[in-house]
Amino acid sequence: MGTRIEIKAQTMITSVPNATTAVSPRHNSLWDESYKRLKKNKAAVISAYFILFVIGVAMFAQFLAPYSFDTQNVERILLSPNAQNWLGTDSLGRDIFSRLIFGSRISIAVGIFTAVVSLLMGTVYGAFSGWFGGKIDSLMMRLVDILYSIPALVLLVLAKVTIESLETFKDPELRALFSIFGALSIYGWMGMARIVRGQVLQAKQMQYIEAARSLGISSPSIVMRHILPNILGPIIVTLTFQIPANVMFESFLSFIGLGLQPPYSSWGVLANEGWRSLRTFPHLIISPGIAIFLTMLAFNLFGDGLRDAFDPKTK
Amino acid sequence: MGDKFSAFSKNHILDIYKIVMGILLATGFVVSVIGVDGMLTTILWSTIGALLFAGMIFLVIKQHLLPYLIKRFMEAGVTLLVIVTLVFLLLRLMPGGPFDSERALPAEVMANIAAKYKLDAPLLEQYTHYLGNLLKGDLGESYKYLGRPVSSIISDTFPVSLQLGVYALILSYLIGIPLGVIAASKHNTWVDTGSMFLAMGGVTLPSFLVASLFILIFSFQFQILPPALWEGPLYYILPVVTLGIRPAAIIARLTRSSVLDVIRSDFVRTARAKGLAERVVLFKHVLRNSLIPVLTYSGPLIADIISGAFIIEIIFAVPGMGRHLILSVTNRDYPLVLGVALLFSVLLVVSNLLVDIFYAIVDPRIKLAA
Repeated sequence: MGTRIEIKAQTMITSVPNATTAVSPRHNSLWDESYKRLKKNKAAVISAYFILFVIGVAMFAQFLAPYSFDTQNVERILLSPNAQNWLGTDSLGRDIFSRLIFGSRISIAVGIFTAVVSLLMGTVYGAFSGWFGGKIDSLMMRLVDILYSIPALVLLVLAKVTIESLETFKDPELRALFSIFGALSIYGWMGMARIVRGQVLQAKQMQYIEAARSLGISSPSIVMRHILPNILGPIIVTLTFQIPANVMFESFLSFIGLGLQPPYSSWGVLANEGWRSLRTFPHLIISPGIAIFLTMLAFNLFGDGLRDAFDPKTK
Repeated sequence: MGDKFSAFSKNHILDIYKIVMGILLATGFVVSVIGVDGMLTTILWSTIGALLFAGMIFLVIKQHLLPYLIKRFMEAGVTLLVIVTLVFLLLRLMPGGPFDSERALPAEVMANIAAKYKLDAPLLEQYTHYLGNLLKGDLGESYKYLGRPVSSIISDTFPVSLQLGVYALILSYLIGIPLGVIAASKHNTWVDTGSMFLAMGGVTLPSFLVASLFILIFSFQFQILPPALWEGPLYYILPVVTLGIRPAAIIARLTRSSVLDVIRSDFVRTARAKGLAERVVLFKHVLRNSLIPVLTYSGPLIADIISGAFIIEIIFAVPGMGRHLILSVTNRDYPLVLGVALLFSVLLVVSNLLVDIFYAIVDPRIKLAA
């Protein structure tokens, strides 16, 4: 029974992009169509490769970096970029290039991990709210609205400091890292919840859901098997935009001294260190700044490309 | 109602109102940027405030928005109450009190301090006490800046933050809207691509990188702009521009897509078919209609600017409230944290409310249901 409804659901969804783009009917799944459109978008493709590259660098940091993130060399302090230290050294003689590579690990991990946690929390919350509707929906969304009325950085700072002061881990660095994960997840799920809820409300009106209901399929199964697969596009797009936002927030927190502490390295930590010696050694802040900028740019261009690919009407 | 004369005279009053407001606002900004102290500025801004308020009241009554407004105000009250409760509880969840220090104080001294600030009372009593004072408009005394009421710390620093935020907001509209309109009117040309490339850069550049480059170039290299502090128009430029870049880029992108939407609509085709000049079509028909979604985005934009301002204030050593937020949390200065968080939330809630009302006023198709 379920499969037949699904087939109907698929054809209904794909009929829209087919009508507007009139591509050969052989590839008629929504995903095939979207993938084709995405491949035509050069900026998005290049960005996708760049994102993969950054993730690869983060994963294999210990093999790629010429030095360790905390190796100090007192004879080579505060050097400008040179043959041995491609991006120079800091005040303790640590190699900036290596610290940048190791820093990508924390920054990217924070970005991706917190976005995924926000995605899970937000999707469950939003789907629940949207599916039940009525009083439950307005109550749940009111809560999100209220939390949204707290400015982002106020909430982040409060959540970060609170979580860090709870005795979660013995190791202070691990605790600091965990508190960043926690604070960003607490902040991030709300946006996702709103989007998922809106999408579920829309999908609920569709005929294929009515059909599934009249066949007596249970609510959880309709949401999981019929609604979520059909609203996956906007969810993925939101995820793609949330990752760079979280990378940025992590760097902000570290920049104002609430993130990790040296010798540990993230792009925000590097920016904070560089900021302190801006006048004399400007190269220290330029490299982490550019790393964040390029990553943000890649994720945003890729996100734009994905959005246009899933929904060709918006341009 | 359909009487030609009354319609004419009503529009006439509205036009005069608009012109007077425009002139007053323009002089107001010039005067406060230049920094003329004293009576003139006060009189000017209170006149603007009174006129704005009168205009709002007039429109609220005319468009029967009163029940809606009352409902929204009650909702805002609930929102703020929940926020206060949440922040209050969050603060007490944190281990470590405001008077912990490296050197342990004698137990009696600690007990006396706790008694003075009622920290020894049950949590519920502390909470009701705080709320009671809050209703009287008393935000309590700071624990770190001994003897200083939170309200005086806020009134010292908040105007600076507000100035920074408002200037950045104005700047972002001044840059963003024209950029978006130009990009859309030259759709699919290099002008469009170039402006959108700029806008993408504005969204993705981290503010500390922009700030560093600005300081390196304008303060250290050419020495024409001061790199820090907030003491006059010259000092405003770098922080305001750095803060305004991201919102300006967002507005430019929004304006562009909104204008492109409107350009394709039927009434624009009609206007062109009538033989109107492209300039007239663009400014009278397209722009007016496409600015509505841009204006409604002001709510999230203000939130963005508030958050961005913390970083900017730290970077440029602007003596605003940003510094207090971070310091007060790490110091466990409960009243100051609550005061700062509350003030920013009020700012956000009120600006969202104003945006919604404004939305209903500019676009009569919107019906705000009570």
